[in-house]
Amino acid sequence: MNKKAIFFISMMLLMATGNAQAAYELNLHAPVTEIARQIYDLHMLIVYVCLGILVIVFGVMFYSIYAHRKSVGHQAAQFHEHHVLEIIWTIIPAVILIAMAVPATKTILAMKDTTAADMTVKVIGHQWKWEYDYVDQNVHFISNLSTTQDQIDGKSEKGENYLLEVDNPMVVPVGKKIRVLLTAEDVIHSWSVPSFGVKQDAIPGFIKETWFRADKEGTYRGQCSELCGKAHGFMPIVVEAVSDEKYAAWIEAKNAEAAKGDAGADKEWTKEDLVANGKTVYEKNCAVCHQANGAGLPPAFPAMTGSKIALGAIWGADGKYAKDSHVDRLLNGKGVMPAWKAQLNDVEIASVITYERQALGNAATVDPIVQPAQIKAAR
Amino acid sequence: MSTTTTSHHDAHGHDDHGHPTGLMRWVKSTNHKDIGTMYLWFSFTMFLFAGALAMLIRLELFQPGLQFVRPEVFNQLTTLHGLIMIFGAIMPAFVGFANWQVPLMIGAPDMAFPRLNNMSFWLLIPAAILLLASFFVPGGAAAGGWTMYPPLSVQGGMSIDMSIFALHILGVSSIVGSINIITTIFNMRAPGMTLMKMPMFVWTWLITAYLLIAAMPVLAGALTMLITDRHFGTHFFNAAGGGDPVLFQHVFWFFGHPEVYIMILPAFGILSTIIPTFARKPLFGYASMVYATAAIAVLSFVVWAHHMFTTGMPVAGQLFFMYSTMLISVPTGVKVFNWLATMWKGSMTFETPMLFAVAVVFLFTIGGFSGLVCAILPVDIQLQDTYYVVAHFHYVLFSGAAMSIMGGVYYWIPKWTGHMYDETLGKWHFWLTTIAFNVTFFPMHFTGLAGMPRRIPDYSQQFAEFNMISSLGAFALGLSQLLFLYVVIKCIRGGAKATNQVWEGAHGLEWTVPSPAPFHTFETPPLVK
Amino acid sequence: MSQTTKNYYLPGPSFWPLIASISLFLLAGGFTMVLNKIAMGKPLMIAGGLSLAYLLFGWFKEVIGESVSKYYNKQVDKSFRWGMGWFIFSEVMFFFGFFGALFYARNVSLPWLADTHGLTGAHMVWQNFTAAWPSAGPKLVLEGSMKPWGLPAINTLLLLTSGVTLTWAHWGLMKNKRNQIIIGLALTIALGAAFLYLQYTEYSEAAFTIKSGIYGATFYMLTGFHGLHVTMGTIMLTIILFRVLKGHFDSHDHFGFEAVAWYWHFVDVVWLFLFIFVYWL
Ligand code: HEA
Ligand code: HEA
Ligand code: HEC
Ligand code: CUA
Ligand SMILES: [Cu+2]
Repeated sequence: MNKKAIFFISMMLLMATGNAQAAYELNLHAPVTEIARQIYDLHMLIVYVCLGILVIVFGVMFYSIYAHRKSVGHQAAQFHEHHVLEIIWTIIPAVILIAMAVPATKTILAMKDTTAADMTVKVIGHQWKWEYDYVDQNVHFISNLSTTQDQIDGKSEKGENYLLEVDNPMVVPVGKKIRVLLTAEDVIHSWSVPSFGVKQDAIPGFIKETWFRADKEGTYRGQCSELCGKAHGFMPIVVEAVSDEKYAAWIEAKNAEAAKGDAGADKEWTKEDLVANGKTVYEKNCAVCHQANGAGLPPAFPAMTGSKIALGAIWGADGKYAKDSHVDRLLNGKGVMPAWKAQLNDVEIASVITYERQALGNAATVDPIVQPAQIKAAR
Repeated sequence: MSTTTTSHHDAHGHDDHGHPTGLMRWVKSTNHKDIGTMYLWFSFTMFLFAGALAMLIRLELFQPGLQFVRPEVFNQLTTLHGLIMIFGAIMPAFVGFANWQVPLMIGAPDMAFPRLNNMSFWLLIPAAILLLASFFVPGGAAAGGWTMYPPLSVQGGMSIDMSIFALHILGVSSIVGSINIITTIFNMRAPGMTLMKMPMFVWTWLITAYLLIAAMPVLAGALTMLITDRHFGTHFFNAAGGGDPVLFQHVFWFFGHPEVYIMILPAFGILSTIIPTFARKPLFGYASMVYATAAIAVLSFVVWAHHMFTTGMPVAGQLFFMYSTMLISVPTGVKVFNWLATMWKGSMTFETPMLFAVAVVFLFTIGGFSGLVCAILPVDIQLQDTYYVVAHFHYVLFSGAAMSIMGGVYYWIPKWTGHMYDETLGKWHFWLTTIAFNVTFFPMHFTGLAGMPRRIPDYSQQFAEFNMISSLGAFALGLSQLLFLYVVIKCIRGGAKATNQVWEGAHGLEWTVPSPAPFHTFETPPLVK
Repeated sequence: MSQTTKNYYLPGPSFWPLIASISLFLLAGGFTMVLNKIAMGKPLMIAGGLSLAYLLFGWFKEVIGESVSKYYNKQVDKSFRWGMGWFIFSEVMFFFGFFGALFYARNVSLPWLADTHGLTGAHMVWQNFTAAWPSAGPKLVLEGSMKPWGLPAINTLLLLTSGVTLTWAHWGLMKNKRNQIIIGLALTIALGAAFLYLQYTEYSEAAFTIKSGIYGATFYMLTGFHGLHVTMGTIMLTIILFRVLKGHFDSHDHFGFEAVAWYWHFVDVVWLFLFIFVYWL
């Protein structure tokens, strides 16, 4: 027998014993939904069938290579046709394929059935982060990669969940059917959580849907699975499946957080507070494109340092923000620059604008700072 | 003998000064052998270049973290690696084979349209320049993947336009080349060579040429829509105007899937030539081989959306495309079984071409099986856009297409150069390539199953070991190809004199002419019994 | 050296392929620059266009020269037929792609965006959008559309008639009736030109542009590429007319004529599809 087949088989055995998942992962993630389990079994089935065919077919071939050599004096036969044989080896594969197609079809039908969901979450892909909108619960947040740049650049030790960790995970109750609606803001992304057997492209302008029901508490990780530009490798998905109580608590905490954010909009902020708050907002949201030091990546992404917009006047004579002003750009975006209106609250927008005007090598003299209240009014 | 008695053939020869030499021999060539040679060298150059890009990819992926290239550059590397390998290396290599072998195999004096033939070649050069130069324009090369999905490719800079036009030009080249091949095969066969007597390689190329003519214009359409979306304000791929990004994927893959068979059918033809020679036994099931090839070609136009299983198509579409995709395994299986039956009870020897052929049959089948795994839609949900797919298509493309090309080169190079290649070095090249190939790409099945996305410059730590193995394998694979270059050059420079027949078990018209094949062959058509 | 076998004319070394390559390079490179607002682009494109024109005229002139010198035998003639036939097939596939896009937009993406069956959730992105054809999509407004029974119907008539006149000219050629050929061809060319003129009028009176969403995009792409083909066809017919005047063809050796005729009929058929699917339905 040939070495590769042996290698292949031993790898498969390794997987089958399940010990593989412990060390490195060699196979599909351990399934935690019914669909993922079906997929897992389907995959194992096909692999075994293919492996069987491989062994039989290439057993024959390698036997022939061994036995029908010229160097052992084998004389060539001259047959070149055998209709019965040819029909047999057309029909047998067809039958095998049908046998595979039946369970696959069942799984597909189940996968596509998004009815009777317990709750709905709308997920929006952005370059390069995920936005979660709990449609019924009025919870809404953005989920960013939380691995630090230093880890990526090798300047500090890589953590256990390197590249697979986020600041705001999606939290869902365990055992409930969650319907996920997907769309994207800019380009196509793909929302994928292997343990759930879920992968669905998020297509700008369209809503696509999928669903899952996690039957085990835990933290499940996936990654954006459609090339979406330079930070495609850096927009993971983290889903925490928790008990109903924990979920309720989480919802409450999220609501409180939002309320706090709204409240902040009405008070008068100092420049220092705005800049300090703005720095966090900037590094989380803007640094991917404009870089942490504000240098940008021209020509694709303009520098903030010395930017005419970041130093120029904001408010027009009528008291509204001018077109192509700093506030306009932030709220409405332009081309690749996203619109932040819906993603950041008033405090965040005001702080990040102030930060850009007063830090990153800038010291704007016209409209040096922007108050959250101004943004609230400007919206 | 010849079909027509000719009356006016004294009318030729208005510039009968002998053919040009030096550079002009190549630039102005109307000789299928010279043009074939240019195609092959072009392809090999592009292979080395795209391979060097792959080396950079593997270097960056050697360990987690970003070390050598920035993420946006990484995407440029993958994109251009894919584009150049497919359009610059594999396809031109097969056209090179067609140029050399089709006229020799069917007993034609040349291709049907020698000047157009040369044009097909020379169009490759501007396309290659556009692709290579795109690395140096502001913003860098195209970075949206070889599939160029909008809206990402609508965002990109000027390099995207360059790539699009490069593909347009390559499309013209392919279409003209295919028309040439079809016409040659239908109209220039030696008397007595009926269709069902044609060598299998000619058959596979005939069918490939049809695939090209039907698929390339559709790509041109998709790219044209992309250009107008980018610059002229159309909304084909923009929902705000009633378009759909997924529309591009449909049109692209309507081309793209036949394209992958364009890259494998001529390889099947090469296998069907090599295996009977070294088994010293006629090809088993010639007729069913022809039908299987045709079936693959027809089916290839109705399976395209298996690349789009995660776009969220309606369930009916998903089921249809899953079934049709699975069906392709049947005719492909027929081919595999026929090769086995050809070997069965043969009298086999294992010179380098045969080693490659056997390895291709085996490794391609592994690639076919991983394709089948991808075809099972629920499983593909887990695998789409992971390294599993990368493993799949390198098994079919590298060990299917590229290694067939290598085998074909070893097989025919004595006829081309008049010298035998160095058998020992050839075997070394084979073993190094095969082993390094498997070391590089086999682990990708595992990283893919475990969920490592493709087209990422950095990965989480659980994938570190396998990626390191892959990278080491890739470096070895790269170095092995330099050995190939050496063997080829050595063979051109000298070596044992090749006989006309070259291989004991070889059959066909190409072995009746001297080695190296003279500049003009079959000026009077041979008679085929 | 040009050298012939007993059967098949093989042309000698030729510069045309290289010129083809250079002119396409200039065109593509220049166009890229124009699109990206680089000043050099325009002159490059013009140079490319000129060399392409030079190439087409030069190369065809050479081929025509070979043809009238009777270098081509039956087999070569047959090669040309195969070649032209499959070239036209590749053009069919080119249009097929655009018709596919039209079909997809009307039957898949618009109903999806409008959530016609209440299944796609698209109303969450695009409120109050209903699918109808023509449509410029949820975010744009369409300022009108083309009605089939005005100019387009006349155009259909023109092109259909031109098919008839061309066939009539062909009959003339087969019967060596010189006047019939010339009148038939001239009529065909006139009809082609009239078609183009009407198409131009239609474009300039249209209330919508190529930017008007998916309707404008598919409309102008399909009719635009078709118009381009009519233009090419008309030019080719004109050349054929000149060749007829020079006495290049006779009743059994006139592949050049037939090739252009095939092309013209192909353009005709494409128009019928356009009329039905773009204007009418
Ligand atoms: C030469 C190129 C080539 C070839 C021949 C194939 C052959 C096949 N491919 Fe592959 N494919 C690619 C090149 C190729 N592919 C590329 C480049 C991509 C990625 C593109 C991108 O996204 O960048 C891709 C991606 C790809 C996908 C999408 C994956 C994804 O993105 O999620 C799928 C899914 O169905 C698929 C399926 C198949 C199948 C079913 C075959 C079949 O033709 C295989 C048939 C062969 C066999 C099955 C083996 C022999 C048969 C037998 C021994 C008989 C007995 C067998 C049985 C009964 C099972 N391919
Ligand atoms: C047509 C065929 C083809 C061939 C032959 C190859 C050959 C190789 N490919 Fe290919 N690959 C594709 C087609 C091909 N690829 C396509 C279509 C994609 C998808 C692109 C996309 O996502 O858009 C892809 C993507 C792809 C990826 C995934 C990138 C990603 O998703 O991020 C990787 C990663 O390892 C890879 C690696 C390699 C390697 C190591 C080789 C090796 O076999 C190459 C070996 C050859 C050489 C190395 C050349 C010879 C050596 C030299 C020039 C000297 C330099 C050598 C040294 C320094 C050692 N390829
Ligand atoms: C996806 C990448 C991306 C992200 C994330 C991003 N920007 Fe931008 N930004 C751009 C691009 C591209 C432009 C140029 C837009 C144009 O003029 O076409 C831009 C322009 C700007 C400008 C105008 C600069 C000038 O001189 O023209 C400002 C100010 C700005 N961004 C601020 C921000 C802030 C604040 C954030 C975070 C809250 C942010 N950007 C996040 C891509 C991004
Ligand atoms: Cu988002 Cu990839
Ligand atoms: Cu495919």
